[in-house]
Parts: sequence; structure tokens; C-alpha cells
Amino acid sequence: MISQLLFIVLLVVGFGFFSFNISKIRKNISLGKPLDRSDNKAQRIKTTLLVALGQKKMFQRIVPALLHLFIYVAFLFTSTELIEIIADGISGSHRFFLNKLGWIYVLLISTIEVLSVLAFISTLYFLARRNLLQVPRFKMSEMTGWPKLDGNIILYLEIVLLVCVFTMNGADEALFLQGKSHVAGSGSFGFLISSFTAPYFFNYFDVETLMILERVGWWGHILVVFGFLNYLPYSKHFHIIMAFPNTYFSNLNNKGAFNNLSSVKEEVLKMFDPNFDPYATPKEGEASVPDRFGAKDVQDLTWKSLMDAYTCTECGRCTSACPASQTGKLLSPRKIIMDTRDRLEEVGANKRKNGPDFKDKKSLLGDYITEEEIWACTSCNACVQECPVSIDPLSIIIDLRRYLVMEESKVPSELAGMLTNIENNGAPWQFAQADRNNWVDE
Amino acid sequence: MSNEMNKLRVPTVAEMIANNERPDILFWVGCSGSFDDRAKKISKAIVKILNYCNIKFAILGAEESCTGDPAKRAGNEFAFMMQAIQNIELLKGYEIQKIVTGCPHCFNTLKNEYPELGADFEVVHHTQLINQLIREGRLLLKGGGKFNGKKITFHDPCYLGRANDVYEAPREVLEKLDAELVEMKRSKSKGLCCGAGGAQMFKDAEKGNKEINIERTEDAIEVNADYIATGCPFCNTMMTDGIKHFEKEDKVKVLDIAELISNAAEL
Repeated sequence: MISQLLFIVLLVVGFGFFSFNISKIRKNISLGKPLDRSDNKAQRIKTTLLVALGQKKMFQRIVPALLHLFIYVAFLFTSTELIEIIADGISGSHRFFLNKLGWIYVLLISTIEVLSVLAFISTLYFLARRNLLQVPRFKMSEMTGWPKLDGNIILYLEIVLLVCVFTMNGADEALFLQGKSHVAGSGSFGFLISSFTAPYFFNYFDVETLMILERVGWWGHILVVFGFLNYLPYSKHFHIIMAFPNTYFSNLNNKGAFNNLSSVKEEVLKMFDPNFDPYATPKEGEASVPDRFGAKDVQDLTWKSLMDAYTCTECGRCTSACPASQTGKLLSPRKIIMDTRDRLEEVGANKRKNGPDFKDKKSLLGDYITEEEIWACTSCNACVQECPVSIDPLSIIIDLRRYLVMEESKVPSELAGMLTNIENNGAPWQFAQADRNNWVDE
Repeated sequence: MSNEMNKLRVPTVAEMIANNERPDILFWVGCSGSFDDRAKKISKAIVKILNYCNIKFAILGAEESCTGDPAKRAGNEFAFMMQAIQNIELLKGYEIQKIVTGCPHCFNTLKNEYPELGADFEVVHHTQLINQLIREGRLLLKGGGKFNGKKITFHDPCYLGRANDVYEAPREVLEKLDAELVEMKRSKSKGLCCGAGGAQMFKDAEKGNKEINIERTEDAIEVNADYIATGCPFCNTMMTDGIKHFEKEDKVKVLDIAELISNAAEL
């Protein structure tokens, strides 16, 4: 009875705190500028199924893709097991679905066990990849400190979770063999892995110890699950949830198409309009000039860019494909995204603490991302192409450039010349427009 | 052939209209194609192909102006918008229905960024048009000429490939040269940038340990290509510089697909 009560408290607190953090993140994302991604629902669902659920883009690199797939599928299946844990936890039953589902139950648990073994091996390999093998994209400057620890914490939690699953099932199997399980009768459950491990690893323990081990496995399992769930909003591992909305709302247009700033269009059209009266009061409903062209801080980015920031799992495929990063420039698209999230968290916390209008003296551009980084980009779209969860670092880079150029007139001097040429003679070089077809007769 | 026959026929839209004619297609030459000495040769190769196939085309000539691509990528949306709105006005005035570009940057901007601002025309890249002309039997290649049996590798321009998912048209064209088409270790959607996009063409690179075009040229040298085929005047410049850096000008030539084809077809 006490354990049931404890369990219900755990359930309420676990889900409650998670929802609380989710609503904070929702609020943070909604600080972004509007962007319409409500079109093409069918295409969006298809993309989500392929890219998020189907992990299509992961398979560009086959070894990590397979190992990641094992952990992912194990996670999905183990989540179904949670339904039973919750049912048992609340009602005080033991293996609620065993008799109801019969052989299907045995098949399900066996599948979970096999996947758990695969996930266990994958997790060990991932730990080695992160800490022992010299994978360059895990060794970069933005991957020290918290991001490195975060990556490891997730993997350690997975190890604990899997050990709990094996302990729970193995001990229960050993008990059932002696007719001492909470399930009536005796024999073998017939689960693929634990019916094999029980005689080897669990037969040495007496019944009392086995009972404790089974409970430790069961409680450990559910505690790690709730711990994990509530760790997600603070971690890069949040991608397991965000991958779905982020892919759904991803850009479906050609990647080369940059958005046109409608505010700039209006301004330019007015310049060309001979009847435009610059001193007239704006008509009702007429769009006024935005506070700022381009982005200086996170609130100037679109909500999709902010969602991108929460979706990133810091795998670094973007950075390893980036031509600037490969040739030793300061730019790392992954860092752009990580900086955006860090700054957004800071802005969100400030607003919660000091009210919605609070402004600190910091900004994304300058305090987090330097000009040198954003000017190193060739806009080649390799980072966008590579991201397995449809993050678009390029649109952030361009929005930051827009602010620098249009608001602060800060532009590398050669580019200033190029821009002047375009304005004066319609070409990036200093050639007269009248000479444009000289090439024909040369 | 006489000199007269060799002369390129490149009417401007204004000239055509003065003769009560309209072009079926507008050749958008671009700033490189108009002013850069190397890229002018690519423009001429494109014109030779258009002339040979008797395409009724025209250029804007002195009325052409930058699409605004480098301004937009450099963050100056005002300069871009000024260019875009004036260009669209001009193109609409001339009732242009279809445009072929010699540059993937112009191609991308005209095709993807102008429609929202009121443009309504079809835009193709010159490799797509050449591919179509070959398919339709209007451009006949009797083998690959001097490219027969040579090793050719295609460097995907970012603004044609990843930006617009055009990977096959240039390769289909190259296959007609009876050459050995080899892929670099990074190609198609994985192709490495030449380093010139995003307005980098007009500035020095940021501090690093290598130039991007050197990194990319190494990919091409690695596959022992005799020719690096390009579809972009910027890539052409970057790859040519890369080959010069390795002092391989005698072994590896950098040519645009239009040049390869007009050369093989002896135009």
C-alpha cells in the first residue's frame, strides 16, 4: 500500500515537473518572430515519418546509424513496458499483462530484452567513441565542459536503466523457477534473455535477496525513467522529443531560397513609388517598420530557429561537413545552434525572474557568436543537408549578418566595396553597366 | 568556316522587339559571364550552343543588372531588394517567360527568391537546357571529340546541387562525351563547396589553416581527373586557382560543361 502511494506521488511529481519545464520551453520558443509553416500538411507528415521516425538522414553514416537505431528502437519498445510498470505501480499487481496477453507478452518482453542487449552494446561503444576514440567532432572546443558531461550522463543513465531491466527480469525469472515469484505457479517465463541469464547469474542468491533484487530493478527502472524524462529539458538529449515537431515544421522549399524580408520590400517599393508621401501618417493596419532588421539577439530570430536550438543533440555532423570548419576557420554550425539555445535559456530565465520587459546588456551576437564566425560561412548548405533532425543553422547566420550589415553597417571592407558596386553599377565589380554586352564582340 | 559564320548571334531583347520579334528564352548572362575574362568564354560557349540549335534567344545587354544574390548573402537585403524589384519590373515589361542562366547563383535567386516578389517565369540552369537539347536530338554529339576516353570529374556547385537538388542534368550531359566520368570522394549532396559562395567570392577568407578551394582541388587531384567540369563561374575561378596552386595546369584543365560540349561538338 505504501509503495503504491509512493509510486503515485512519483508519477504525479515526475510528469508534473516535466510539464512545468515543457511549458517554460514553449514560452521561450514563442519569443521568436512569426513564420508560417502551416502549409503542406501531407508533405510535412511524410517528412516527419521519414526523417524523424524513420531516421532517414542518420543512415548517411552507417555504423553510428545502426548503433543509434538499436538504442532508439529499444527505447520505443521499453516505453511500452512502462505501461505495465505504471499499471503494476498503481494497482499493486505483478506483471499486469502476463496472463492477459499470453504468448504476445512473452514475445514483447523477449523483444525488449534482445533490443536491450543491443542497446547495451551500443551504449558502451558510444561511451568509448565519446571518451576514448578520437572522433574529431567530439573533440572541438564547444564540446568541453557541460556538453561533454551531458553526453556522458545520458549514456550512464542508459547503462543504469538497462542493468535495472536485466536485474528485474533475471531475478523474477529465478524466483519463478522456484515458484516464489509474485506470479502464481512456477516454471520459466520464457523470456529470451532472462531465461538464459537467470540460471547463470541469479541462482546463487537466496529467495529474499532475489526479492530485493527484483524490487531494486523495478524501482530503479521507473526511477531512471522519470529521472531521464525530467533531465531531458536540461539536456541535448531533448532531441528525442523535439526531432518530431522540428522535422514537421522544417523548410520544404529549395534550400537555396532565402526568405525575403517583407519589411524591406515595403520600404523599397515606397522608394520607387512617385506618389508616396513620406510624411503621411501610416494607414490603419499598415505594417510598420520592425524594431530591427535581421537578428542581434534570440528574440529577433524566427520561432523555428529557436525550436532548432532545442532540437540539437550536438552530434556535430553539420560542423564536420562545414567547409569553413574543415579548413580551420572559427565557424562551427553546431556552436551557432548551441549558443542560440544557451542565450535563449538565459533570456527566458531573465524574463521569468524580472518580468517580460527585462533586458540585460548581453546579446547573441557579440556575447555568444562573434562576427568572425558568421563571416566565414559560404552559405553552401552542407550543415542543413547533414542535420538528421532538420536544423537550419544557415538561416541564423544570415539573420545575424543582416543585423550587422543593415543596422550597424559593419561589413568586411571588401564586401562594402562589392555592395557599393551593386548599388552604383549593378555588378559586384566596378564595371559600367553600359559595357555589359562588350563580351559579345571581344 | 568563314569568319562571318563564326560570328556569334547575340541579339538583345530590345533589338528583337524593335524587329517585332520576341525571344523564346532569355539568356541571363550574369556579372561574371559579362565581365570576368574567364567566364566570358563560358558565355560564348553557351551562345554557340544556342546558335547551333537555332534557339530564338536574346540577352538584356546593358539592361541586365546583378540579381542581388551576393548582396542578399552578405546580409544587405536592401541592396538585394532594389535589384530584384527593378529586374522583375524589366522582365515583366518584356514579358519574359523563360530564362536560362550561366550561373547557379543567378539561377537560384531568379528561380527561388523572385517569384514571391512578383516574378512569373521559368528558370533553368544552362546544364539543364543543354541536357534537354541533347535529349531532344537538337544538339548532336558525334562522340566526345578530344575528351574521348579522358577522365572527367564534375564539381557540384552548391547553388545548383544542395540548394536546388540538380545533380543529374550535368552528369547526363557529361556522359555524352564518351569520357570516363569519375566522382570525387565528396560529390552530389555531399559535395564540398569551392569556397566562393555566400559572397566569399568578393572577400578574403577568415583566418584558418587552409583555403577551401585547396581542400576541394585536392579531392579532384585525388581521382586523377584530366578535366574538372564545372557549372558555375565562381567554382571555375576557385578550382582554376586551386590547380595553379598545385602547379598542375598542364595536367588538369578546368572547363565549364558548356565549353566541354561546344568543344566536343566542334561549334
